[in-house]
Amino acid sequence: MDAPGLYNYWVAVFLMMTGFYVVIARGNLIKKIVGLNIFQTSVFILYISMGKVTGGTAPIIAEGMGPYSNPLPHVLILTAIVVGIATTALGLALVVRIREAYGTVEEDEIQAKDADQ
Amino acid sequence: MIGAALSVLQPHLPVLQIVVPLIAAPACFALGRGNRAWALAVAVSWVAFGISAWLLATVMDTGPISYALGNWPAPWGIEYRVDALNGFVLLVVSGIGAVTLPYTRRSVAHELPESQQGAFYTAFLLCLTGLLGVAITGDAFNLFVFLEISSLSSYALIALGRDRRALTASFQYLVMGTIGATFIVIGIGLLYMATGTLNMADLAARIPAVADSRTVLAALAFIAVGATLKLALFPLHFWLPNAYAYTPSVVTAFLAATATKVSVYILVRFFFTVFGAAYTYEVLALDNLLIPFSVVAILVCSTVAIFQTDVKRLLAYSSIAQICYIILGIGLGSETGLTAGLVHLFNHAVTKGALFLALGCVVLRVGTPRLDALAGLGRAMPWTMFAFVLAGLSLIGVPLTAGFVSKWYLVQAALEADAWYLAVVVLASSLLALVYVWRVVEAAYLRPVPEGAPSLAAREAPLSMLIPTWILAGASVYFGIDTSLNVGVARAAAQFLLGSGG
Repeated sequence: MDAPGLYNYWVAVFLMMTGFYVVIARGNLIKKIVGLNIFQTSVFILYISMGKVTGGTAPIIAEGMGPYSNPLPHVLILTAIVVGIATTALGLALVVRIREAYGTVEEDEIQAKDADQ
Repeated sequence: MIGAALSVLQPHLPVLQIVVPLIAAPACFALGRGNRAWALAVAVSWVAFGISAWLLATVMDTGPISYALGNWPAPWGIEYRVDALNGFVLLVVSGIGAVTLPYTRRSVAHELPESQQGAFYTAFLLCLTGLLGVAITGDAFNLFVFLEISSLSSYALIALGRDRRALTASFQYLVMGTIGATFIVIGIGLLYMATGTLNMADLAARIPAVADSRTVLAALAFIAVGATLKLALFPLHFWLPNAYAYTPSVVTAFLAATATKVSVYILVRFFFTVFGAAYTYEVLALDNLLIPFSVVAILVCSTVAIFQTDVKRLLAYSSIAQICYIILGIGLGSETGLTAGLVHLFNHAVTKGALFLALGCVVLRVGTPRLDALAGLGRAMPWTMFAFVLAGLSLIGVPLTAGFVSKWYLVQAALEADAWYLAVVVLASSLLALVYVWRVVEAAYLRPVPEGAPSLAAREAPLSMLIPTWILAGASVYFGIDTSLNVGVARAAAQFLLGSGG
């Protein structure tokens, strides 16, 4: 396989590193959630890419269908997407509560307020 | 009648282990506030405990049980597979759940507003479901799903703490936990790429053929990092002290005793069953990473624990150090080492559970887990503090307690591997543990009580909280004397893993 043919894996690696960097480097809690989302999405692309067969069709037994793409990784990712949404929802709910309790969503300001106590 | 019903249910017990708490969780929410939700949760936790005791007894008698979910046979459908290792973990998790849930009623009534109590039991049972599910499943992707069920509900439980820092602690744990879980999914995905299967037994059979590929190596690395993030192995432990310190007391006890242990189980399962000990230790030489990290963690975190002024934080740092005893045993990779690790998994769950429950009694009566508020509690709350001392002795590893048994096997394993310096580390850290446990004992028994101290008005904790505390404190002594359950099963599990792995 040649390198351009693997470009979706390069995209997955790029997104993974971008998301990971945002989670680590950003102090804003909303941006951290965004980073976490990008990080998780890269894994979705990784799974979906591995199930794709060039020229493959949906796995339906009928005239003119096939060769089939592997549906299993695609189904797994449906589950992972649900998990990702639940994580995002919970994370954002926590950010709302943090904003109510501290009046800010910036990590350094929160730490400063905790240090004052 | 009951016998007939049981014989119908019996083949389905592996799945009932998960389904019963899973269905009860939303039912708790529907029952709403007050005691009904609590009563249901207690009943369910005892049923789960009964099922796991029966499963373990059957496994020890007749060998591993396999259950095909929805009657889809193993490599295609999801398989629940119970052997000596996860039977043991199931027993620990459901046992701790069954002991802590009766305790929750008074503790939660004190620490949470009434409107949140139904939701509390829902989250608690979901967390229990997730932890049991991680342990019982034989399917790699299913493991990730259950891991996220338990993690998401534990983030919610942590955020229920009264202190606003509970929110930031929960958020921090959510970020770290999600990264850890995502690493595990990446690893599982790479394994699926290389082998085309997700069933753990099937993976183990197919990996040797592709073991040379970089995909499999990367998969092992991703899973190892993800699992160590979840179990708070030094230096990935920063989320843990805050998460434990600001949570409602009973949640700390439950999570400290079970959540990290289940993450250890994930590590053991992938190292020994899926990849095989030979691959993990000879090809990737993970022991070269695990042993130094755990040695540093044992020494550093035990020392940090000494300087804490909040007893919850003190115990949290002690937890990080104690988990590393388990990792140290696993890192040694020998039968004795693995036995020591698994024995400590059991013993530490019981001991730390007892300590956090005793601390919860203190929080109920005094209102704070700070060290200086403990002055005089030795007289005001004699039963609570005595349970704390007993479990504290087990944490140090005094003979005739459970902690001694773990350390005995750990030192033996270290000497077998000609690593005498590891034996020295284990003994030195026992001295550090002695210092931090002594600080609590000194504060509670020997320190003069200042005027107007909260302990002067404190009464002994109610029986519904004292009895669970004492069951675990008693167990942490009992399992140091009669070791047939913890050491017996742990040794069987170690033999099973090393015999079949590879």
